[in-house]
Amino acid sequence: MDGTIAGILMLDGLTNGAIYALLALALVLVFAVTRVIFIPQGEFVAFGALTLAGLQLGHTPMTVYFLLALAVLAAVLDLVAAVRARSPMARAGRAIALRAMPPLVIGLAALWMAPMKLPLLGQVLLTLAVVTPMGGLLYRLAYQSLADASVLVLLIVSVGVHFALTGLGLVFFGAEGSRNPSFWDASLSAGPLILSGQAMIIIGASGALILALWLFFEKSLHGKALRATAVNRLGARLMGISSASAGRLSFTLAAFIGALSGLLISPTTTIFYDSGFLIGLKGFVAAVFAGLSSYPGAAVGALMVGLIESFSSFWASAFKEVIVFTSILPVLLWRSWRDPHHEEH
Amino acid sequence: MKTSVSSSPDSDQSRQPQVSSPPAALATPRPIAARVLGAAALLLMAVLPLLPVPEFWITQANYIGMFALVVLGLVLLTGVAGLTSFGQAAFVGLGAYATALLSSRYGLSPWLGLGAGLLITLLVALVLGWITLRMSGHYLPLATIAWALSLNYTIANLDVLGKYDGILGVPALQFFGISLADGRAMYYLIWLCALLGALAVRHLLDSRPGRAIRALGGATVMAEAMGVSTFRYKVVVFLIAALLASVSGWLFAHVQRTVNPSPFGLRMGIEYLFMAVVGGVSSVWGAFVGAGVFKVIEDQLKELLPRLLGSNGNFEIIVLGVVLVLMLKYAPKGLWPAAQLLMARRWPVSSRTRDWQGAAPLPGRPHPARGEPLLRVDQLRKQFGGLVAVNDVSFTLHAGDIMGLIGPNGAGKSTTFNLISGVLPATAGRIEFAGTAVTGWPSRRIARLGLSRTFQHVKMIPDMTVLENVALGGYLRGRSGTLKAMLRLDRQEERQLLAEAERQLRRIGMQDHLDELAGNLALGPQRLMEIARALCSDPTLLLLDEPAAGLRLKEKQALATVLRQLRQEGLSILLVEHDMDFVMGLTDRIVVMEFGTRLIEGTPAEVQASPAVRAAYLGTEH
Repeated sequence: MDGTIAGILMLDGLTNGAIYALLALALVLVFAVTRVIFIPQGEFVAFGALTLAGLQLGHTPMTVYFLLALAVLAAVLDLVAAVRARSPMARAGRAIALRAMPPLVIGLAALWMAPMKLPLLGQVLLTLAVVTPMGGLLYRLAYQSLADASVLVLLIVSVGVHFALTGLGLVFFGAEGSRNPSFWDASLSAGPLILSGQAMIIIGASGALILALWLFFEKSLHGKALRATAVNRLGARLMGISSASAGRLSFTLAAFIGALSGLLISPTTTIFYDSGFLIGLKGFVAAVFAGLSSYPGAAVGALMVGLIESFSSFWASAFKEVIVFTSILPVLLWRSWRDPHHEEH
Repeated sequence: MKTSVSSSPDSDQSRQPQVSSPPAALATPRPIAARVLGAAALLLMAVLPLLPVPEFWITQANYIGMFALVVLGLVLLTGVAGLTSFGQAAFVGLGAYATALLSSRYGLSPWLGLGAGLLITLLVALVLGWITLRMSGHYLPLATIAWALSLNYTIANLDVLGKYDGILGVPALQFFGISLADGRAMYYLIWLCALLGALAVRHLLDSRPGRAIRALGGATVMAEAMGVSTFRYKVVVFLIAALLASVSGWLFAHVQRTVNPSPFGLRMGIEYLFMAVVGGVSSVWGAFVGAGVFKVIEDQLKELLPRLLGSNGNFEIIVLGVVLVLMLKYAPKGLWPAAQLLMARRWPVSSRTRDWQGAAPLPGRPHPARGEPLLRVDQLRKQFGGLVAVNDVSFTLHAGDIMGLIGPNGAGKSTTFNLISGVLPATAGRIEFAGTAVTGWPSRRIARLGLSRTFQHVKMIPDMTVLENVALGGYLRGRSGTLKAMLRLDRQEERQLLAEAERQLRRIGMQDHLDELAGNLALGPQRLMEIARALCSDPTLLLLDEPAAGLRLKEKQALATVLRQLRQEGLSILLVEHDMDFVMGLTDRIVVMEFGTRLIEGTPAEVQASPAVRAAYLGTEH
């Protein structure tokens, strides 16, 4: 290996690492706020990439119908809960309608706009608009009523949701993979190193999103409420922060980040209905590097995962995944040695 | 949010679905009707292959038996110990590949393959468990996901294991010259393994190590204080689960006569967990129900869904995923416990047979001579960040005394207890117990020297009977290990332990509650049960944290009488209590604490006369 190859691999690793960093941040966020180990994160990656692929072809992606179905189901469940709780129907009805409105409007708008073959940027925005609300709706449907259960129960729920979404992905998109056009065909070359426009977009978008998340948590009231819920759920609830809406918000953010990651990565690799799982798990490896608790730690871990992956694909490409996933073991060993005393959560 | 162990009856957790709830009514014998049903089922299973049943159903039954063997491990791991693994399928793979490689490539006996598979599974599980089980519970499942993926990709890329094609031509098993190539012959071996596995797990759960394992799900602090190494038992449970999976893999390889990577992937690992949750994650027979329901339903879905959707694919995972979430939401205990509940309505469960009458008493511990210094606390200090909870406290307790530790709320009394018993590590200072410096020791090691305790917030295993909870206190007085318990070679010692537990419960006036589930008791009796549990360890020093809270006046008086009698027998007691009549009438000496520091020490009369104590409790006049 010479310097050039090392440089190329490094660049490759950093580009992928930037994606893993986004996913790792979302996973840490969801875990901190809701204690859910969010295995289905990767499904949003695939949903994002393949929804865009559908729009490219001028189809109406099935995810649009899925969004409408989720919204209706959530509204029905809310209504049943309201009737059971004997809450005043006028107020409850207004709240339910208010919550169901955004996904329904987005879904119907998408039905109208999908066949129009919008320019790429329009399709990207439409994709994000369709996939993002699914996060909050999934929280409502699968997790909300179990919010106080143990981490273990929530993890098993996550596995169930992952199964269901993967299977639905197969129904929606079929078994064939898709690859999207590059967002930006420019490229920068410095000697033998070529930095493609897509890589620049990936790194730039990840950086911008990390900055935005930092601002959100530090400066905005919603962000502070999420942080409060992460530190102490009961305390936050006593201060008037609804832990249900904190959960929905964190899942919505996770879905947004997942879909964005899918859009960013889809021009560089072919995405299948089940590709998201492995990509999401690499985000997990990064998040575990940081003990599922530190945002900067997760970002650093993600870059390391990206680098490990790109270098091992050069030396032992067949064992690329083995090396990436086995690297979690020494990290766990190090963590357990450094911090052995953990009472059960 | 901490899922604290204390379970006052109205605590939040008790109403939430818990995957880990130890099996209820485990040791209680089933009534006759249920026994007859069980015997009939067993008989039917025994003659099934002899009947003209289509081959299809024999094959199904074989798969159900092999699946159930894996799920049994998950029942122990997830349902009882509150840990979980998505990598059980990978352990199945280890067992399958070990025997396939040895028997087809190298022509060795499949029985040697079984040994090799178990050995390599043991090694891998030991390394994985050692790395992850010290950390909080959710790292184990994440690590098993990573390891399941790694192992699958490794197998699929190794030339020696035939890559994605796997190994073909695995020979059939031979059993004393009888060929087990036929599915009907294999049926007997598979179900023998599965039923023996189930029996061993049931035996284990109703034993000394079993009680320790049942504490893993949410009472680790208490178990440690009773002398149990909870880490060791977590590793043990993980190993048992892995080995059961490995045996299933060995059977699998010789049933299929070929192995390839796909049945040992992460997806199958998740499906094993699905079976456990559906059948009843904390019940042994639930493993069989779950495996059966899964196999039948999956087959139907594999037929039906592609026809409905008009294309081929693994669409059944949609249904499996949705069912999994719905089960956890609406029936977290699973199908078997629900069926059990229905049966119990028809045929009520009788209480445990008392077979321990006349068991030889357990040997006791010599008590130190009255008046010798037993516990010396010197400059003990505990800081939580900037807060000094215990500030250089010193006192000495002499053998045969009852000493009171009193003070206003937040004075640091319970923290002092936790430091002395080793539940919390001290920041500085020295603790000497029975002539040994125990500073920095874990609680299970201090317990060996004869220190036992109760907790301010009752810590117990709510789904275990009162008798079993108390018997856990006698853990250190028994020796039987996991293997002995599985083989039922521990019965004599078990009778001694239960007899001792009953003796302590009688002494404390709880003889009418032996078979009640501990979680159903009111707060007062729960505290008494904790005292009986502590006494069951035959301590020289008893630490009681607010023993009289929640008791009525009569019960308090009875408790005081028992404590006085224990003092007569040479036991020493250190107690925290807020009821001043109780403390003043009972103790020989009193230490008063305020804001983490020791205010004064003296006889009850001296303390009552002290203006400083009055100021601490009632404030000063200015």
